[in-house]
Amino acid sequence: MQKEAAIREPLILGHKTYHDVTEDVCRPIEDKAPKMWYILFGIALVIGLYGVGSIMYLLGTGIGVWGLNKTIGWAWDITNFVWWVGIGHAGTLISAVLLLFRQKWRMAINRSAEAMTIFAVFMAGTFPLIHMGRLWVGYWVMPIPNQFGSLWVNFNSPLLWDVFAISTYLSVSLVFWYIGLIPDFATIRDRAKKPLAKKMYSILSFGWSGRAKHWNRFELVSLVLAGLATPLVFSVHSIVSFDFATSVIPGWHTTIFPPYFVAGAVFSGFAMVQTLLLIMRKAMGLEAYIHTKHVEYMNIVIMVTGSIVGTAYITELFISWYSGVEYESYAFINRATGPYWWAYWSMMTCNVVSPQLMWFRPLRRSLLFTFFISIVVNIGMWFERYVIIVTSIHRDYIPAAWSMHFPSHIDIAVYIGTIGLFFVFFLLFARFFPVLALNEVKTILKGSGQSYKESPDYHKHH
Amino acid sequence: MSDKVLYVMYDDDEVLKNSAKKLVAKGVKISEVFSPFPIHGIDPIIGVKNTRLGIMAFLYGLTGLTLATVGMRYFMIVDWPMNIGGKPNFSYLENMLAFVPISFEFTVMCAAHGMAITYLLRNKTLPGMPAQNPDPRTTDDKFVMEIRLSENHGVTEAELDGMLQEIGYLELDKKELK
Repeated sequence: MQKEAAIREPLILGHKTYHDVTEDVCRPIEDKAPKMWYILFGIALVIGLYGVGSIMYLLGTGIGVWGLNKTIGWAWDITNFVWWVGIGHAGTLISAVLLLFRQKWRMAINRSAEAMTIFAVFMAGTFPLIHMGRLWVGYWVMPIPNQFGSLWVNFNSPLLWDVFAISTYLSVSLVFWYIGLIPDFATIRDRAKKPLAKKMYSILSFGWSGRAKHWNRFELVSLVLAGLATPLVFSVHSIVSFDFATSVIPGWHTTIFPPYFVAGAVFSGFAMVQTLLLIMRKAMGLEAYIHTKHVEYMNIVIMVTGSIVGTAYITELFISWYSGVEYESYAFINRATGPYWWAYWSMMTCNVVSPQLMWFRPLRRSLLFTFFISIVVNIGMWFERYVIIVTSIHRDYIPAAWSMHFPSHIDIAVYIGTIGLFFVFFLLFARFFPVLALNEVKTILKGSGQSYKESPDYHKHH
Repeated sequence: MSDKVLYVMYDDDEVLKNSAKKLVAKGVKISEVFSPFPIHGIDPIIGVKNTRLGIMAFLYGLTGLTLATVGMRYFMIVDWPMNIGGKPNFSYLENMLAFVPISFEFTVMCAAHGMAITYLLRNKTLPGMPAQNPDPRTTDDKFVMEIRLSENHGVTEAELDGMLQEIGYLELDKKELK
């Protein structure tokens, strides 16, 4: 058992025993779903189905139904793609990077954050796929022998790097998540009373028995997967940024993109975790496990990554002037003062100003304020991608080709639809899966639980 | 030959660890421990060796790196060298930088999935496998040691009972195996 300093705030509040942890996490799964769950699920499903319908229409008609034009070939689609991938960065960061740094507070949030990651990457992957227009030839991105002679995909292209990056990220995150879920499914299986639930959780838990040797392997596999996933987290958004950075478009062709995109991704991912967890902890009665201290830690991450993003914005602005390239400086002057000034300044306010408020301790410990800022950050990060993508291409080298982008009804419907689908997945997860890594939380109960930390014996032994 | 198994239950990981230490000191072989979460430090006591899955992950990763290198060299250099702005397309080394991202991603993909599959196979935890924990409470808050008489020829059942009485336990369950 690992002890920690007495002045550290306990991570598990109240007087919990091992059994209480099991009860608290399993109760929402075993009880009947509250009425609110059905209402939210219904709303999400309707919105999601509307999105699916719009995608069907798009596939049947062609991507001309989007508001793209000859000058602006990428707009909402890629904005949404990058936005969702960015959101999908927090989960694996929390479970992998924080595992390597031995941050115990991750244990209460990693399960749901990783679920969020996986669903967000699903949504992200939808956009490049439907952008192909002919979804059924999507497999052409794989290097497989074909009937066109020896024609291979271009391994020099960042778009192909992206295919490999996203698919690796999605599948490795999924495996990492599921390996952690197996012992927790076993707990639910051993408690289940209804035959159908017992059968389902029995299949899901793969017959896990909790032998010492299995736990020994489990710990090593988690550690090695964390070691593999850590560079993966950083590589995925670096590669997404290469989609832009390796091009020759002023405003995209910048070396600062990889670190700046990674920081932005973590920034928006943590904001989305806050949005979801602040509601979930309340709705599922998990206040003892996910409390103010966890929220504060996450707000500090938001503050740090937000500051990196802010520094990057100002750096690229300065360098565009300092480079002496008139096209480069025009791209940035146009961003801030051109027809899309409102998008640029929304981005600046949401992403640069709002995280700085987290320097104030009462603010970063206020749940209501955190919830508000988390929404603001996600709006800001959507605008960031929109600003980078659309404002850089809407005024190109020939003024006659200058154009504006107006989203079509389908643009909006597909985007809102993915938000609906995301919540459909997340609500199903919250209903049927253990939302807390309950068996992992038990390992820190004695070291970081309130009742243990406050007992007079805590600092005597060892 | 029939075998008798003793399941000794505790409600605390530290208590189980101390009891296991005492039993092992008296020459008792503990064949298995079932617990809801990893008990740190139990492995050397009951003689569980460290897993070699880490080495496997490295080998899978190496396989991935090799496959990616061989594949990209064949696709981009040998079979169909693309002319991209007149850049050299006849040597792998001169094009290597463009191949770094996919080499990395494919290495990670093979290492992670290879290790995960090996882990599930070695554990024999696969979809549809039956649970083998002796008591459903071992995935909640109870910790169980399994002692097999067939692995403990030095001590009789009565002696073992005596030792357990002295050390203490929460529940004791005996089962005949055929």
